[in-house]
Formats: sequence, C-alpha cells, structure tokens
Amino acid sequence: MTTDTTTAGQAPDTPAGQTVLDARNVTMRFGGLTAVRSVDLTVNSGEIVGLIGPNGAGKTTFFNCLTGLYTPTEGEVRYKGAILPAKSFKVTAAGIARTFQNIRLFANMTVLENVLVGRHTRTKEGLWSALLRGPGFHRAEAASKARAMELLEFVGLADKAEHLSRNLPYGEQRKLEIARALASEPGLLLLDEPTAGMNPQETRATEELVFAIRDMGIAVLVIEHDMRFIFNLCDRVAVLVQGEKLVEGSSETVQQDDRVIAAYLGEPFEENN
Amino acid sequence: MTTHTTAADHTRPHKEDAPTGLLPIPTGPARAMATGGGALTVISAFLAWTWTAAFPGDLTVYGYPGGLPARPHHRALTTLLGLASYGIKGLRALTPGNADAALRYAALAAFTTAWYTLLAISTDLGGLANLEPGGWVAAIATLTALTGALALPFNRPQTYPVDPEDTGWEQTRHRLRNGLTVFKGAFAADTPPPPRTLPSYIEILIIVAALATGLLVFTYGIGTEYDELFIGFLISVAFGFAALAKAGLVAHLSAYTARHRNTTLLGAFLAAAAFPFTQSDDQYATIGVYILIFATVALGLNIVVGLAGLLDLGYVAFLGVGAYAASMVSGSPASPFDIHLPFWAAILVGAGASLIFGVLIGAPTLRLRGDYLAIVTLGFGEIFRLVAMNSDGASGPDITNGSNGISSIPNLKILGFDFGLEHSILGFPIGRFANYFFLMLLITLIVVLVFRRSGDSRIGRAWVAIREDETAALAMGINGFRVKLIAFALGAALAGLAGTVQAHVTYTVTPEQYQFANTVPPNSAFLLAAVVLGGMGTISGPLVGAALLYLIPNKLAFLGDYQLFAFGLALVLLMRFRPEGLIPNRRRQLEFHEAELEPGETPPPTVLSKTGA
Repeated sequence: MTTDTTTAGQAPDTPAGQTVLDARNVTMRFGGLTAVRSVDLTVNSGEIVGLIGPNGAGKTTFFNCLTGLYTPTEGEVRYKGAILPAKSFKVTAAGIARTFQNIRLFANMTVLENVLVGRHTRTKEGLWSALLRGPGFHRAEAASKARAMELLEFVGLADKAEHLSRNLPYGEQRKLEIARALASEPGLLLLDEPTAGMNPQETRATEELVFAIRDMGIAVLVIEHDMRFIFNLCDRVAVLVQGEKLVEGSSETVQQDDRVIAAYLGEPFEENN
Repeated sequence: MTTHTTAADHTRPHKEDAPTGLLPIPTGPARAMATGGGALTVISAFLAWTWTAAFPGDLTVYGYPGGLPARPHHRALTTLLGLASYGIKGLRALTPGNADAALRYAALAAFTTAWYTLLAISTDLGGLANLEPGGWVAAIATLTALTGALALPFNRPQTYPVDPEDTGWEQTRHRLRNGLTVFKGAFAADTPPPPRTLPSYIEILIIVAALATGLLVFTYGIGTEYDELFIGFLISVAFGFAALAKAGLVAHLSAYTARHRNTTLLGAFLAAAAFPFTQSDDQYATIGVYILIFATVALGLNIVVGLAGLLDLGYVAFLGVGAYAASMVSGSPASPFDIHLPFWAAILVGAGASLIFGVLIGAPTLRLRGDYLAIVTLGFGEIFRLVAMNSDGASGPDITNGSNGISSIPNLKILGFDFGLEHSILGFPIGRFANYFFLMLLITLIVVLVFRRSGDSRIGRAWVAIREDETAALAMGINGFRVKLIAFALGAALAGLAGTVQAHVTYTVTPEQYQFANTVPPNSAFLLAAVVLGGMGTISGPLVGAALLYLIPNKLAFLGDYQLFAFGLALVLLMRFRPEGLIPNRRRQLEFHEAELEPGETPPPTVLSKTGA
C-alpha cells in the first residue's frame, strides 16, 4: 500500500488527500466461484486511480460491489467514512456515480433528458408538485435544465441537446454517459472502460475529459484495457488478477513489475528442448 | 477499363430515364383523366344511384345531396373526395408533401367507396339492373380517376435486375419483389418540408378548422345507421386520412398543435363538448359517454404501460373497484351500506379505493419485471372479478351482492342539477346521457392534464428511464420500486375516477362488466389494445384508439360472434404494418422505422420538444 488511509471524520467537501472510497477485504462469491478475493482499495480525493487486469480478472464484479449492484459476500465498502447502502440508487444518492462497460443510455430519450434523469437524486419534486405546477416546480425544473446544459457544455454536446441519444455517434454516447453520471453531483466517478472501441483521437479527448473532471474535485476510478491510456492518466494503478490484487502503485512501478507482465503475457518459457 | 465499367453497370441499381406511372398512359391524358374523373365523381354524387328506396340511405333522388329527408351521405362523402382530388391537383399550397401520392389515395378512396356502395346495392337488391345511370356514372368516373391517378409519374424506387444464374423460382420471386417495391413507391411520399411559421392566430384558426372537421366526421360516423354506411364511412375516412397525410397536411397540423398545446387542448375539449348539441336525441350521446369512459381509462392505462412500461393486463379491475366503491356510497338499495354521499365525496371514495387497491396489488407485484408482471396482474384482475362474484352472502361475506351486482344506483345530483332529467341548454334538449357526457368530459380533461403534467416532469422522466433501461435508471439514483408504484397507483386512481361516473351511468355494477376479454369494451384486453392501437405514450392515441375500438364492434352488428376474431386479426395486421400505433409518439416512430432508411442515409434530425405530443 503506497497510500495512507486516513479514515478520520470527513468534511462535506473533502480537501485533497482525504479518503473518498475505502474498500476493505472485499470478497464476492457466486456459489463456488470466487470472483473477487479480499481486495483492498482506497481512492483519495483529487486522485485518478486505475484498475487493470486481464479479461475475467473480476474488475467489473468489483465495480458492481462498489456501486450496490452486488452486495459483497465479505468485507465492507465505505464512502467518506460511511458504509455503503446495498441498493444501487442509494449508492448514487450517497455520491458514487458510474458509467457502464456496454453503453446503457436511455436510447429513446433526448440527450438533455438523459442528463436530467441523472439529476434525479439531487432534486425532490414529486408527483403532487408536477401536477400542481407551483412556482417551486418551475424553479426546480429551470435549475435542473440549466445545470444539465452546463454539463452538456462541459462534455461538448450542448448543440445536440434535443437529439435522441440513440442517434449520437459512439464516442458522443460515451461522453453523454459521463455527463449523465456527473449530473448526480458525485464525489467519486467510476468509469467502466470509457475508451472501449474508441480511436486514438477520441481516447486522447477522453483523457482530457477525465483530467477536467479530476480538476472539478471529483475522484475517479477507471477500469481500462488500454495501457497507454491508463498509464498516462492515473496517479495510482491497481492490478487485479484472478480476483486478487496483485500490485498497486504508480504507473512506473506497475509497468516494471514482472508479475504484471507475467499475468498479461504469461511466464517466460524456460525449458530447453 | 471499359469492360470493367460495363460489368459495373450491370450490377448497379436499375434507374428509369424519366419517371413514369404504374400504367402506360402519357402524363397529359393521365392528369386529365384524374381531374375529369374527379369532376365526374362530384357530378355523379348529385344523381340517383338506384331506383328504389329499398337500399338503406335512399340513393334515389336527383339534385343537391343534402336537405333531403333521408341521409344521402354517400354522395356528400364522394363529393367531398371528388372535390379533394380535384382541388389537391390545382392548389399547390394545400399539398406541401407529395400532391400526386395524395391524389392517388384520394382517387383510391373515391373508387373504393363508390364501388363498395354499388356492389352493396347490387347484392342487396339482386342484380346490376338496379343501378340507375348515376350509379354507372359514379362507377366509371371513379375508375377513370383511379386509372389516371395511377398513370401519373412518380419517383421509382431502386430495383435490382434479376440474376440470370438464379433458378426460375428465385427469378420469379425477385420480379415479384421488384413489382411490390415499385407499387409501394407509387404510394410513397417524401417527408414534407417543415411548415412555415404563420401568424399564430392563423395557426389557431387552422387548428380550430381541423377540430371542427374532426367533430363533423366523428358525429357522422357515430350516427351511421346501418352496416354498409359505416363500412363506407370507415373506408372513406381511412383513405381520406391517408391522402391528407401524403399531402403533408397532417404533419403541418401536428406541428401547429405542438406549438399551441393549450389552445389545442381547449379546442378539442370544446369540440367534444359541442357533440351533444349536434344530436337531436339521447341515442348517440349514450355511445359518446361510453366512449369517453373507455378512452379515459385507456389514457390512465397509458401512464402505466406507455410511460412507465409496466404491462398491466388486469387494469379493468381498478375501474371496477372505483365503480363498486362509488355504488356502495350512492344510496343504492342493493348496497350493504346505507350511505348516500354527495358526488364529490363519492368520487374521492372511488378514486381512493382504487388507489389503495393499486398500492396493495402493486407493492408485491412490481418487484417482478416484464412478462412475469403481466401474468400476475392478469391474475389479480381475475381475482377481483371472482371475489366480487362470490361476495354474495352465500359463498362469502355479503358485500357485493354477487352476480346480481349493485343495482338501481340513483342518478347524480350536483348543486340541484339532476343528471337523470332532460334539461334544455340554449334551446337544445340535453338528455340523461348527454348530462353524464359533460361530466365524463370533465373527468377526461382532468386525466389528460394529469397525464401531460406528470409525463413532463422529474417523475415522468424517471418512468421513461425505467421503461428504457431499469438497471441504468437504478444506477442513476432512481428508486425504481417507488417510482413504479407511483405510476401504478396513479393509473389505478384515474381508473377509479372514471369508475365512479360509470357506476352512475350504467345504473348497475356487476362483476361481469370487468372481465379480461369480452365483446364489450372496456375490458383489460380492449384497454390495452386501445393504447397500443392508438399509440403508446401519447395523449390523443388512446383517445382515438378507444373511440375506434368502441365504435367498430358497436356499429358492425353483423360481425356477431366473429367480433373477437376480427379484433385479433386487426391487431395482427396493425402490429405488422404500423407497430407504433395510429398516432405515434415521435420517438417510437423512429424506433420502429429507422431500419427502413436507405443505408448511408442519416436519420432525420429529431428535435423533440415534449414527452407527450
């Protein structure tokens, strides 16, 4: 562990260096299969942490444990000191937002509506307010729309606000998913393979976007296969192999670790014949 | 190089040098035939079609089609269509879309209506000898118009030449496919350009005119007295509407209504309120009020199915709960409770009881998704009916009076206005059913407003998000169960609202009124069909769907036992050819027809303003 894990009382706006996410000893079993075995991971505010590993290493399972889609069989996950609730919508309300490995936008809603759905936890207007349409309703709707447009401006989709999200090109759908996740005002953003299927230019643009998100004060945890992307981006990288954490450290440490190379490329062939 | 090009030429799509029509007639004569045929059709409408008044509708009289004791509406209709086919050719401004495609549909409408009438006359009266010259003129005129219209040139769709190496059967199939493509192409129209922005008072006038026309057409349809006339009406309306759609007028109108949503709503409400004033007695107001009950419940179901995507097959039970609850506090002698609440309290009891039932049934079932939810709701719908049937004091507690139901429900009295009596408003007699029609219209308006406002809000977006992708919606912080339960309970409460009025309109509430499938709407199957047929997620869709689904079985008495069969067949055909419904939500239309765009062609820029439409 290269990081100090301070779990003292948290201020609402975490200053840099404080632990945002603290996963301890997380184990996830499906019947007899252990997909994730005693993984510890911390993410501090203002940090971009990468999670890499070969296919089937349990990265997405670990992600799902962090976002409430799965309840870990053992271990606990704390967000800013508090244990995460077991329901995914409560996790989002607590402040962890995520994107999906296979894009899961609301295909038949407009780009703007997608982001507005992301605002759900940060707004309160219920059915009665919608039916009666008091001044409070209009104010809240206008505020939501303004914030959503700001986010669309941030990811560069403001001019496409009224398009159906299904009609966006692939790269822009990825950006929209990030904007939608940001709309819930998270303290930690989990990105599940944000550059999958992108060309080098798009990957670079995504890199810039992730840096910009970090600069907004949001901690980021990224799963990725693109090594160049991950080593450029991340302050810290954790390697997951067969459900266990192999190495954690700076990009250089991980890049030079023989075990990581072995996990990806296999052991050197040493017999003579 | 040269050989290469020729080889490429063979595989390239086949293109005509100059656009030609389906029939080999030069453009000039074809246009003349279409126009002349249209004019002749108009004239024929003023002639006698048959000698005897034995054929219903009395088509024996020469002269102006209106103002006669009988109802020669056939002629009025063909006149209109003849004029339309003539006018559409002349007035470019009327047809922002494709004038020729519209003309083809209009000619087809006139042709099928006229020939259907003539065939009906001949079969009814036993022979072609029963046709007067007017009938023959109509037959020839409409045929000429149709021939001319079909010979007009159109943009031929791309077809591919037959592969000479294919087997004979493959080649025949390929030729047939090509023929079908060309035939379809003849009736296709380009998307009309977006309408110019007119001064808003003109746009509102156009909307008012359209609504008035709608009222006229509806009033005429509801008043058709015999099967042939109603079928003729359906044919004319279907093809006439297609002609208007091809002319691009429908698209323009919907653009205007989208701009003046409140005006349109108010106008539609007033047009519907004007309906009882067009009637001289209470006969058709009965149909009107039943259609409204059916349509209102369908609109309530549209919140559950169309917005939140919860397939509810037992929805009619909530109508039943509302009706039973209202009947029990209505002061009916058959009610176990000796209470007579005023209407405002009764409506609260009805809607409240349905709401509670909605929550009670929804809380356990909404944890299921998709098909499982559909099956469980179907079960609960039947459970309600069976419980109502058996709570007769013999096999259960004495609450609902068993299969006899709660009868002799007294008429409503609101502020001294007795709904059971005939009143005179502005000199027009307004009977019992017309009174209830007005009350029901008010409830429909409430439901429309609830639908529109809830759909376009934080909660409405959450419903749509859940429908689109429940896992992603949960990950966006939406409490799926809670939001679905709200949709379910709201839908139930709205059905209960309609049930309160239904109990009073029908005098009696029996369990048999609330089945899953029945020949008489409303029942769960027909409610769902009204939503799907009309268009999921829209306001006008379920209203139109419900009106059609009520009128057609009601008017086509000859279908008899085959009603459900015809209904099923119609649904299959609709799902095959227009899966998005008659009045599609813009986004659903895209969802279903995106695949039909040419490869490489970008989908039309979609600018959606509101959730509903």
